[in-house]
Amino acid sequence: MMAQILALFVLGFIFPNPHPHFWWQKIPAFDIFFGFLVSILLIVFAKWLAHNWLLKDKDYYNHD
Amino acid sequence: MINLPPAFIYIIGALLIPLVRVRRLQQAIALLIPILAMITLWQMPQGVYWQMRFLDYDLILGRVDKLSLLFAYIFVIISFIGMLYAIHIKEMGQHVAAYLYVGSTLGVVFAGDLFSLFFFWEIMAAASVFLIWYNKTEASLKAGFRYALVHLFGGAILLGGIVMQVSNTGSILFNPFDLSTLAAKFILFGFLINAAVPPLHAWLPDAYPEGTITGSVFMTAFTTKSAVYVLARSFAGTEILIWLGAIMALYGVIYAVIEKDIRRLLSYHIVSQVGYMVCAVGIGTEMALNGAGAHAFCHILYKAVLFMGMGAVIQMTGRRNILDLKGRHLYKKMPLTLGLYMVGAFSISAVPLFNGFVSKTMIVAAAGSSHLPIIEIMLHLASVGTFLSVGLKLPWGVWFGKPDGSEDEIAEAKEPPLNMQLGMGIGALLCIITGIFPETLYKLLPYKVEFHPYTPNHIVASLQLLVLTLAGFWIYRDKLMAGEKSISLDTDWFYRVFGRAVLNFCLYPLNRFRDLVQSAFVSRTRTIASLSKHPYALLELFWYTLSGERKTMAELLQRPYDEKDYRLPVGIGVCASLIFLFIYALVYMRVAS
Repeated sequence: MMAQILALFVLGFIFPNPHPHFWWQKIPAFDIFFGFLVSILLIVFAKWLAHNWLLKDKDYYNHD
Repeated sequence: MINLPPAFIYIIGALLIPLVRVRRLQQAIALLIPILAMITLWQMPQGVYWQMRFLDYDLILGRVDKLSLLFAYIFVIISFIGMLYAIHIKEMGQHVAAYLYVGSTLGVVFAGDLFSLFFFWEIMAAASVFLIWYNKTEASLKAGFRYALVHLFGGAILLGGIVMQVSNTGSILFNPFDLSTLAAKFILFGFLINAAVPPLHAWLPDAYPEGTITGSVFMTAFTTKSAVYVLARSFAGTEILIWLGAIMALYGVIYAVIEKDIRRLLSYHIVSQVGYMVCAVGIGTEMALNGAGAHAFCHILYKAVLFMGMGAVIQMTGRRNILDLKGRHLYKKMPLTLGLYMVGAFSISAVPLFNGFVSKTMIVAAAGSSHLPIIEIMLHLASVGTFLSVGLKLPWGVWFGKPDGSEDEIAEAKEPPLNMQLGMGIGALLCIITGIFPETLYKLLPYKVEFHPYTPNHIVASLQLLVLTLAGFWIYRDKLMAGEKSISLDTDWFYRVFGRAVLNFCLYPLNRFRDLVQSAFVSRTRTIASLSKHPYALLELFWYTLSGERKTMAELLQRPYDEKDYRLPVGIGVCASLIFLFIYALVYMRVAS
């Protein structure tokens, strides 16, 4: 997988965004960092939320 | 060919199916109805027609333009695919409910006035609830009731808005609303419930996983997307929708990371994907509205493929939770289903050459060209989460996964029946066709398209995002698969727990208070009633009080009334009459003089 990531990194420099609207769109290969960081952050955040608040016993709604 | 609104083709067809006794003929009719509707759609010119007079108002059943046709096309296509997937089902009621549901949605799409909109809107809710109840489990019965209650509530709010709108403007035309009026706010609220906008969304992940295998496929397509249509029709460019949509997109994604029930996970991704559309409607530019329409079209196709794939897994294995499926090597037993599911998964994840890529990028680009940086980043973020959950976590957990030795073998699993495979196959094929040849879709869009998805930069950026999401997933894959069977709290807590608390409050403390008030009144009434049996008791009480003797009313009433005790000599009566007459005469003379 490292080879593919490296190739995509290089391609990011060859094909920059021709019409950047925001500053981050000017960074070459921005999505490499964004994808990696966000996927990890999302998992960690969702898991944290689940353990601390959202997850309940499966009979939670069946208690009368 | 037939000059009949497509809605009625489905509704009449739905009522016809149970009248036919031969099963093959029933199946033929069920598959013929969408074809007939498609031919009708092709021949429908743009314009306003099928008008009917009703109570001094003109109902319009055919407001036909590019926007309504776009949604009608995809609704008819998906009804064919959904029916093909469901055609093996012998219970005709399920087909009837499905086609009443499809028909009423088409009624909503072509409605040019608020009355017929509301009429079809309500049939939609009533018909779809049967697709949940036909699952015939206790969970589906309860979920169906909650679904029905939420939609009836939404319908009532919508009706309230419509009534205000009509009495304010005198017109029942269904056109863009002015959000500064209370009427428009009510109508928007009604629409937002059907669009499953948080916090009004909980009915969706509550009900869709409990529907029948085939019924849920229909449900994923119609309710939320018809809501997107009415929003695009009447609230395009409403700023609050931009934010609601972007929050929706992220909300669904976060819940999907937690979720282990396979259809509930997909349901959260409906919320997320509809978020893109609601956001695009809020942006309201031509490009954004094109994006909303295109994404609704693509979403209906790939989401049906995803639900069909997971439905096939549930039907063939009897299991619905990743925790019961992981590590069982299901890919060896259902490889075709896996392949077709992955087409849907790549489409929703916006992988180049699949249809999500040609529509989702349009919405993100519209956010960019409207200079909405935060929105653009939020939608971008949601894309990562989409691939993570639907493209990686779900297929990994269902078909692969690392065995930990505790797994039981799923011996009975095999590919689903041919018709189900065909349904998935056609859906997947359309995902690929619209993905590779986006012009086929773009020429159906309401405005002229000046957007090219397949630029080198778009493709490279998408691949970067996807490959690195894969890397993130790979690091955490075991963590994502681990856990106990549990439920995740959502805003349905408010009507399931808080609602129950309100119910309990009414049943116990409030009811006790009512008892208290009632018994107090009853005892007073009883006293007064018994007084009528013994009217002198009051006088006696008065007398005893005057003479200083303490007696209570109850004591006096205990002694039964005896006429003899109170009989007075006749003379007293005569005397009283004379006194009265004398006074009367005095007053009379005084007045007369």
